[in-house]
Amino acid sequence: MINSLFIINSSGDVFMEKHWKSVIHKSICDYFFEEQGKAGSPEDVPPVIATPHHYLLNIYRNQLYFVAVVTTEVPPLFVIEFLHRIFDTFEDYFTECSETTLKEHFVIVYELLDEMLDNGFPLAVESNILKELIRPPNFLRTITDTVTGKNTGVSATLPTGQLSNVPWRRTGVKYTNNEAYFDVIEEIDAIIDKQGNTVIAEVQGYIDCLIKLSGMPDLTLSFINPRLLDDISFHPCVRYKRWESEKVLSFVPPDGNFRLISYHIGANNMVAVPLYIRHNIQYREGSGGRFEVTIGPKQTMGKVVENISLEVPFPKSVLNLTLTPSQGKYTFDPVGKILTWDVGRMDPTKLPSIKGNISLQSGHPIPESNPTINMNFSISQMAISGIKVNRLDMYGEKYKPFKGVKYMTRAGKFQFRT
Amino acid sequence: MTDSKYFTTTKKGEVFELKTELQSDKKEKKKEAVKKVIASMTVGKDVSALFPDVLNCIQTDNLELKKLVYLYLMNYAKSQPDMAIMAVNTFVRDCEDSNPLIRALAVRTMGCIRVDKIIDYLCQPLRNCLKDEDPYVRKTAAVCVAKLHDINAQLVEDQGFLDQLRDLLSDSNPMVVANAVAAISEILETSPTAQQVLEMNSSTINKLLTALNECTEWGQVFILDAISNYTPKDDKEAQSICERVTPRLAHANAAVVLSAVKVVMKFMEMLEANSEYISTLVKKLAPPLVTLLSAEPEIQYVALRNINLVVQKRPEILKNEMKVFFVKYNDPIYVKLEKLDIMIRLTSQANIAQVLAELKEYATEVDVDFVRKSVRAIGRCAIKVEPAAERCVSTLLDLIQTKVNYVVQEAIVVIKDIFRKYPNKYESIIATLCENLDTLDEPEARASMIWIIGEYAERIDNADELLESFLEGFQDENTQVQLQLLTAIVKLFLKRPTDTQDLVQQVLSLATQDSDNPDLRDRGYIYWRLLSTDPAAAKEVVLAEKPLISEETDLIEPTLLDELICNISSLASVYHKPPNAFVEGSKSSLRKILPPRSQSGNVGDDQPSPPAEAPSAPAATVIPGVDSLIGDLLDMDLGGPSMQQQQMYPPQPTSQTPVQGGGGMDLLGEGLDSLLGGPAPSGDSLGGLGDIFGMPTAQSYVPPQEVWLPASKGKGLEVTGTFSRKQGNVIMELTFANKAMQPMTGFAIQFNKNSFGLMPASPINIPSALLPNQSTSYSLQLSTMGAVQRMDPLANLQVAIKNNIDVFYFSCLVPMHALFVEDGEMEKRVFLATWKDIPAQNEVQHEICNVQHNADTISQKLKNNNVFTIAKRNVEGQDMLYQSLKLTNGIWVLAELKIQPNNPNFMLSLKARAMDVYQGIQQAFDNILHN
Repeated sequence: MINSLFIINSSGDVFMEKHWKSVIHKSICDYFFEEQGKAGSPEDVPPVIATPHHYLLNIYRNQLYFVAVVTTEVPPLFVIEFLHRIFDTFEDYFTECSETTLKEHFVIVYELLDEMLDNGFPLAVESNILKELIRPPNFLRTITDTVTGKNTGVSATLPTGQLSNVPWRRTGVKYTNNEAYFDVIEEIDAIIDKQGNTVIAEVQGYIDCLIKLSGMPDLTLSFINPRLLDDISFHPCVRYKRWESEKVLSFVPPDGNFRLISYHIGANNMVAVPLYIRHNIQYREGSGGRFEVTIGPKQTMGKVVENISLEVPFPKSVLNLTLTPSQGKYTFDPVGKILTWDVGRMDPTKLPSIKGNISLQSGHPIPESNPTINMNFSISQMAISGIKVNRLDMYGEKYKPFKGVKYMTRAGKFQFRT
Repeated sequence: MTDSKYFTTTKKGEVFELKTELQSDKKEKKKEAVKKVIASMTVGKDVSALFPDVLNCIQTDNLELKKLVYLYLMNYAKSQPDMAIMAVNTFVRDCEDSNPLIRALAVRTMGCIRVDKIIDYLCQPLRNCLKDEDPYVRKTAAVCVAKLHDINAQLVEDQGFLDQLRDLLSDSNPMVVANAVAAISEILETSPTAQQVLEMNSSTINKLLTALNECTEWGQVFILDAISNYTPKDDKEAQSICERVTPRLAHANAAVVLSAVKVVMKFMEMLEANSEYISTLVKKLAPPLVTLLSAEPEIQYVALRNINLVVQKRPEILKNEMKVFFVKYNDPIYVKLEKLDIMIRLTSQANIAQVLAELKEYATEVDVDFVRKSVRAIGRCAIKVEPAAERCVSTLLDLIQTKVNYVVQEAIVVIKDIFRKYPNKYESIIATLCENLDTLDEPEARASMIWIIGEYAERIDNADELLESFLEGFQDENTQVQLQLLTAIVKLFLKRPTDTQDLVQQVLSLATQDSDNPDLRDRGYIYWRLLSTDPAAAKEVVLAEKPLISEETDLIEPTLLDELICNISSLASVYHKPPNAFVEGSKSSLRKILPPRSQSGNVGDDQPSPPAEAPSAPAATVIPGVDSLIGDLLDMDLGGPSMQQQQMYPPQPTSQTPVQGGGGMDLLGEGLDSLLGGPAPSGDSLGGLGDIFGMPTAQSYVPPQEVWLPASKGKGLEVTGTFSRKQGNVIMELTFANKAMQPMTGFAIQFNKNSFGLMPASPINIPSALLPNQSTSYSLQLSTMGAVQRMDPLANLQVAIKNNIDVFYFSCLVPMHALFVEDGEMEKRVFLATWKDIPAQNEVQHEICNVQHNADTISQKLKNNNVFTIAKRNVEGQDMLYQSLKLTNGIWVLAELKIQPNNPNFMLSLKARAMDVYQGIQQAFDNILHN
């Protein structure tokens, strides 16, 4: 299983290492640095690297590389998933997972890593259990520590959830206000070609929950149109059999924030594309060119599109852009050659547009192809797939909880080829 | 309060300061000090000097302090084994603590202290913990067994821990079961003996399936992997396992999903091929695989590598999901390349238009590697989907018009393949190709272009000029280009003999006289001979119709594919190599194979046997290997358009040395023999060649190769070899096998001074890197002009081999017969005189036992090895053979071989002036006669 973990910052320092078996010297990371040197950008480092005696599996998140070392045949996804989980746990504990926060809380980091893996085998990974074993650092903890003079973040009793049939939920949860919130979030991944035709459009959806319910509530969530969901990944708490037979989500929820399901609506289902763009990008001989983009609504179902922004990576030979946007602000990063246009909300009566000139570096040949335009946006109170929650029922507890469902659609990888 | 203060170092005597603090009476201070120690440890400072002081803190009720001390212990116990013993008592006591958390912590930590001396003390506490009433302790103890096994496998087996571990598989708590499975998998990985003890049967599998639903996601991965190693006894059991595993396909954890895919893919093999259930499974497999592609890029990558296998095994699963593999411009490059590969595999007539539009889009991207691969992909589409070939070709032409250098070169390489697949169809575009002649600077593109010119020489008016322009820099060209140029000019000559005579003369002399490359020289000679003996035959051979190349060019070989399917989700599946090929320490290299399809009641419960019939995948139609390309002759330097391999490894030259290129030579030999009306050569390729050149067909005895340098001593390089004698030279036949995990390059060889002055005639030349798990053979010609020093034993040869990793030394024995020279035949009279001349005390007798040949075969056999029979006499019913031989250093040896009828034991008498050589020669006789 996982032998060692190295955490490496963007400048290439191994600032944290943890070994679950014998110590592997950090010089093993040289193989990683070699691959990193070959990669064009930080994201391009291959996730699995073979060295003469070890395998290095790494993930890149928040400018940090998490490099796991394995020596035996291990499912690589197992390791990669686990690394993501480690990152998420740190983020959960320290609100942000960065070199600074990790160094600031290194004892907790070390305790956490020790608790999460034993001999390279996952031991306690559920955030509920971890938090019972090792208390997260927070303001309150510091105060009580100072007042009582006790200073321990480690619990002396066995976490209750550890071995129960619902390991994700701790017992004895108590709230004065019992609430359950569900966010249905959908991300559209799309590629639109030059002519405005959809090459591919698919939806990646999630239902994220915030559950603050006392005791052991047993929830049932049903949809008006469950047929839409044929490709789902469930949180372990969901009873798969009930879904298979009745198409309802039945579960005892973890306490706090978690992702109940994620689902995928494929390209074969005709996904609606809410926006279109009209574009005209031309390079002319003689160090210049023209850039013009207009955004318009397509299928927004009467909802307002907000937080629109465009990102256009230009080729290296582009020197600068002088543009006039009809609304919002634009910036051009002359090093990365990226144009960002913050559009904001779209008023359907007055379509946002931006136009102006491109100046090219003199002496360079004019670029052969036009850049791909990456777009971001969000639409509240709408799930683009049309999925709708029918009702939420609670069993097992007597109180009446407050329930809420929110819908939201946003762009995932939403790209226009020009 | 933050912990960063622990990182601030005081200037001097940090360790000393910590020491005082650790010895403090105040608990708080102690704990702070331990924290500081741990902080130093995390950043890699050496604080091992504080071992006794930290250890003193272990007797505490404070759990956090205890944990910290344990942390420290785990890190440093190895370097301070004597001190670690002091901790044993604490462990033993903590294992009996009333708090299960402490019991578990103790059993956990003690397994991490990798000190042999203290293991014995830990057996009893561990045994108790494995039977602990608290499942948390049991599950921790299960892992501890794996840890202990890693340190001392024998102890674990002797103490019966394996049996206890197996009992845990039936534990009531799913978490305990999962950890037991994990521990067992790890133990099995390294210990073959554990296999019998931990054999799975259907009742344990049933228990695992029950636990599967209730344990954590990580446990599910362990359990699914364990299930995938089980072979169900019939199709009913396989189906019921599939039914119980399929819900896992909808798990949020990608590792669980992929492990479930593995189980289903494997057990599907056992089910009726066209049953309804199979089609249900096929439908169920697609969505989870697609979903993996919306995860993080790292997960996508692993998923894509596995999907590549799934698509090859069962293309129907994802045949409608082409679009999800379309590349987004901000995908990491490793994801882009994998997606492209799968797109090609899924290409069919139904979706070719879409695919082609995408590929054209990709070919204008910025990333050079990706663009190249996209261009190649277009060519592969043309070859795969015949009705679309025309569209592909015109797309390629459009791309050539862009004049982007690397795009043009890639396009030309693939167009060559298209010509091979659809001869006489698209030749109209040759003119366009010729326009770009000057811009080609990559060997593969140049070679492809030359091939095209040679193949269509009759349609290109200025073919001779074009080829001549290449000829100018002949010496500087890459071998691939040189060979191609040679063949192309010969083709041209055969098509237009009148005006190209000078050109062909020129290239033949360049190839045969001015080149050091044996391949090129040999081919030059062959053409020369062919052209001078029988031009008509030459035409038949060189211009023979080539077999068409077929569509799928980089399919994984079916048996390997089956093995990889059993290893979905593992590292093997990422590298597309069998696991035993690269996982170190995997001693129990039990090959996983797909179970055979079986009917109910058809019990196959012992060893899984290989699939009786070829699994449903269509038989791969790969480009025929070199050895079956009769008629195509030497035209195959370019190899097939095997894109994937070329992407991943530098192209393997198909033939570099005469011996290595056995395939090609063989063909030539046979082809020529039939042309010349000679007898078909029996035996190896050189026999065939020898025939042409008027060499004796006889073969000398070549001892089997033996390991000279085991991989363990050669840092992964294994050298095996033997010696032979060919065409009057001593040849050292070497096989280099790379058992390490990195490519090896820069081979060089050197000999120490030796008895016969052997030295390499030329430096060793292995042109491409030797990749992990590959081997290459090399024939090294030796000369006898080197420095002489008597060795003991006489034939001992000390060799040094160098590569990019290190220099390695080994010694080997040169079999004496390799040193017998061809002109060792003495005249009868000289023989007699010499025999008398050598004093009688120099005569030594040696019995050769159990020879099953008659005198004539024997003298033929010996003659093949340059031992010449001068006379044969029959004395009193015994055959007496008188023989002579000469060694490379000029020593003559005379021999008398006495053969009695009905007695398989021969008597050999040797006479020579230097008696030192006797032993080696007797050995040589033994070997030759027993071969």
